[in-house]
Amino acid sequence: MGIKEKILTKSLYVFHLSSGSCNNCDIEIIDCLTPRYDIERFGIVLVGSIKHADVLLCTGSVNRLTVPRIKVLYEQMPKPGFVVAFGSCGASRGLFKDSYNTGKPLDEIIPVDMYIPGCPPRPEAIMAGLLKLIDKLNSKGK
Amino acid sequence: MLENLFKFMVYPGFLFSGAIGLLAGWFDRKITARLQWRVGPRWYQNFMDIAKLFLKETLIPDGASRMVFFAMPLLAIAGSTLASTIIMVINQTPGVTFIGDLIVVVYLMLIPPLALMLGGFASGNPLASLGGSREMKLMLSYELPFLLALVVPIAKAGYSIQLGGIITYQALHGPIFFSISGVLSFVVMLLCIQAKLGFVPFDMPEAETEIVSGMYIEYSGPALAMLKLAKAILAFALPALLITLYFGGIIFTASGILMSVLEYILILLLMIVIKNTNPRVRIDQAVRFFWRIPTALAVLAVVLAYLGL
Repeated sequence: MGIKEKILTKSLYVFHLSSGSCNNCDIEIIDCLTPRYDIERFGIVLVGSIKHADVLLCTGSVNRLTVPRIKVLYEQMPKPGFVVAFGSCGASRGLFKDSYNTGKPLDEIIPVDMYIPGCPPRPEAIMAGLLKLIDKLNSKGK
Repeated sequence: MLENLFKFMVYPGFLFSGAIGLLAGWFDRKITARLQWRVGPRWYQNFMDIAKLFLKETLIPDGASRMVFFAMPLLAIAGSTLASTIIMVINQTPGVTFIGDLIVVVYLMLIPPLALMLGGFASGNPLASLGGSREMKLMLSYELPFLLALVVPIAKAGYSIQLGGIITYQALHGPIFFSISGVLSFVVMLLCIQAKLGFVPFDMPEAETEIVSGMYIEYSGPALAMLKLAKAILAFALPALLITLYFGGIIFTASGILMSVLEYILILLLMIVIKNTNPRVRIDQAVRFFWRIPTALAVLAVVLAYLGL
């Protein structure tokens, strides 16, 4: 494991993007910051600006309006950065698969490093997912 | 020359005060977490954050003024490092003081917020400009009581504007804190450094929830790391200035260093408790607050100090 990956995985700043979600996933993300789960233990912090972020957490079935915005946000993220598709909609467009308004799934627009399925994922699942992302980054440096 | 460079870069300058400042930042996060019944991050978290930011790329926003945008983090870190170096060196050997070093320190501590403001304006982001304008108004409001409160230690130490003079006066006559005017001006000073460090009741220049970290918004990678380091060093230098002015300075014996560490932790703890028990005020409320209560208290303290109380 390289020193670079080790430092990066100890302090992940997460930017949360809602690309037309039903707001359920977004509420569950905030749950991770509550005293019961306290994700700051692992150095994970929610930030407001994409320029500070290491992880782009994308919720919702990607609708046509948000496609160009997702591309812009991905380009604005300082590299090395990672993308997490959040919830069933982020992973596969969920039940909006055949809707007139959903264009493409997220992983055909930008490269996705990690999927967290669930509708919405429980806070435990979110934490397990982020820790899996950390494990994946660690094994990359080998 | 080499000795001065060592003093500026390693001890008691950049590396030393940066490390203490980052530890203070962790202390702040940990106490905040404990007050909210959470566990909180590990002790090396802030070091990891800075190290990580140095590994990331720096993006230049479209339409930004490149030179100002990149010069300002360097200026901020240089100003705060120089201020903390002067304070610590004079505490170590009060003899090396020069006339007006207290004023030099006070104005060096103004450089980081000014640089941050200019950097925010240079980035061309409307939210950063909003943060910059708020920072300017906040500076206007807290500088008046801050400078008035600063008169008290000067007057007590026989109108000496030398840090060394104030330290030697306190070594002979006991800390300035143990007098009515000293307590009053210490309280005013504490509120002012709360605003100077951008802690919560006065954090509207970088309010995460309304103008998403304000002037920092367009900074990324090493530039952001430098701004954070400048703020960390300030979080060491400002309480160190308070210890120097009110608690007799840092005496470099085992018990003296222990006392100074305890005083530093106490000042930090007070600020963190104020931070966690108060909501963010609006900018006009902050200006009104600073120009009324702390200013009146500071004037009272100055009059009492003039009368010798």
